[in-house]
Amino acid sequence: MISLEFIVASAIGVLTAAGIYLTLRGRTFPVVVGLALITYAVNVFLFVMGRLAVNQPPVIRPDAVAYTDPLPQALVLTAIVISFGMTAVIVVMALRAWFESGDDHVDLEVSGEGSRQ
Amino acid sequence: MNHWPILPLLLPALAAPLIALAVRHDIVLQRVFSVASTVLLLLLSLILAGKVADGSVLTYELGNWPAPFGIVLVLDRLAALMLVLTSVLGLFVLLYAINGWDQRGKHFHSLFLFQLLGINGAFLTGDLFNLFVFFEVLLIASYGLMVHGGGALRVRAGVQYVIMNLVGSSLFLVAVGLIYSVTGTLNMADLAVGVAEVRPADQALLHTGAILLLLVFGLKAALFPVQFWLPGTYANAPAPIAALFAVMTKVGAYSIIRVYTLIFGDAAGDAGSLAGAWLAPAALATLVLGMLGVLAARSLGQMVSFAVVGSMGVLLVAVGAFTPQSMSAALYYLLHSTLAAGALFLIVDMITQRRAEHADALIAAPTFAQAGLIAGGFFLAAIAITGMPPLSGFLGKLLILDSLREGPAAVWIWGLILSTSLIAIIGFARAGSVVFWKSLAEPGQLPVGDTPKGSLPFVAVGLLLAMLVLLTVFAGPISGYLDNTAEQLFFRRDYIDAVLGSGRAS
Repeated sequence: MISLEFIVASAIGVLTAAGIYLTLRGRTFPVVVGLALITYAVNVFLFVMGRLAVNQPPVIRPDAVAYTDPLPQALVLTAIVISFGMTAVIVVMALRAWFESGDDHVDLEVSGEGSRQ
Repeated sequence: MNHWPILPLLLPALAAPLIALAVRHDIVLQRVFSVASTVLLLLLSLILAGKVADGSVLTYELGNWPAPFGIVLVLDRLAALMLVLTSVLGLFVLLYAINGWDQRGKHFHSLFLFQLLGINGAFLTGDLFNLFVFFEVLLIASYGLMVHGGGALRVRAGVQYVIMNLVGSSLFLVAVGLIYSVTGTLNMADLAVGVAEVRPADQALLHTGAILLLLVFGLKAALFPVQFWLPGTYANAPAPIAALFAVMTKVGAYSIIRVYTLIFGDAAGDAGSLAGAWLAPAALATLVLGMLGVLAARSLGQMVSFAVVGSMGVLLVAVGAFTPQSMSAALYYLLHSTLAAGALFLIVDMITQRRAEHADALIAAPTFAQAGLIAGGFFLAAIAITGMPPLSGFLGKLLILDSLREGPAAVWIWGLILSTSLIAIIGFARAGSVVFWKSLAEPGQLPVGDTPKGSLPFVAVGLLLAMLVLLTVFAGPISGYLDNTAEQLFFRRDYIDAVLGSGRAS
């Protein structure tokens, strides 16, 4: 039987690995997608840092026998909002860079002739 | 309840939206509001510095939730010092920017105030996750400011800058998660008590979190091996913004100082000695790379950016020793290098605007308007940043060298700081002679053309240089204050007691 911890941990690992691979690519679109994957991985990671607990409420209820840690859930909400906003910013800036220079390379040195296929 | 500590956050948080919403079509009103807010911010910081000068630690519990359950703002000597530095630099940079830079794009003034809000918040907060939030506030404002005015190269440098910082923010969250998972708290004072009680089985997670945090703060502070983003960003950013960014690297340095004295200090067991062991060699590598970059740079903007990297190296070498004496020297150098780098970026912009198509390239070109006055300013600022007598850079490096006499690494530190200073002097001397002296041999003079009129830029640069002179003249009293600051950093009980109530500090 595969444990819940194993599934969550490998999901984080796969997301991070794919994210790092894409972030190291040379053009802005894969880099943006890679950054999005990394932030997903980080959000899941933050969520499980209070340990995985099944069927336990995070806030006080009279019939509850045990509670899960509510703080990571609050933190991950903040992190989701911030990373969503930041992804929007990078998309807009990448588009603007493409419109202004006609080139979607991340690297500064490749600019000019020959870089546009 | 004492509401003073929140005022440096409330003021820009109210003024920035007001400027963005109510007066966005009127540049004169925008200037009036933002200069007034920045002056007020400077006065506030000075009042706050006065309140904590006697060694007391002011705390402010947001929403009146008691620490460690709520978020708490903490004002001690170090935080007050950084607030004063930020508002001084911010005011002079703003005065410079009023001469045209603020009209090259929209919302300069409100973004500028949001930037100050984020920086002030990072200095004031007493909570690790809240530090992340304020990092994001200052970053998102800096993304807007970085591409202010547009231009293909600048926007592409901006994309790089955003990507680097997004990766850094993700690492920050991972580090925060790791630390929370083994300590169960993110309040810095509570962590300071809690990390010593982490179970041996969880030590590896704690160490990983501590080192990841060092990497994240190192990214902000341009520490080797994550210093490479800085020259591209600063050299392509609008000049007043590059000058303001001089304090952004210091946010990273501040966070290193705060976290690795308060949380991962000597009392933290094994995790306590981690930062020092990594920081000092990385800082030396930063120093060498930065100063070699000064020599290799092909434009003035690049050269000053590499000088910023090198000065961060000097600063972090002193921080990395983690002794009260070296910390005091590091703080003096921090004040000096921020103001000197800010002044240099502005002077380079004056040159760039006057040299038309030659811009800031290190080539001889016909001489330009007001070259003599600008050369004088460049000469002073170059003396300061390379660390030649008589200005504050010399005193700062002297204090740092004096505090690092002991230890096996002393030979390396002395040798590298002294030899890289020589390299920096050669680099700046070459740049000055190419731009100002060899230009005299070129025939003719560049037309005045669209050179900005008005004396405000000269006033702003002059005031920044005057600050350096003041820092030199009043070095005695200032280092007395900094000695007390460093002492307070290493005597953690005041901070912990102020946040958690007395009796919790171990």
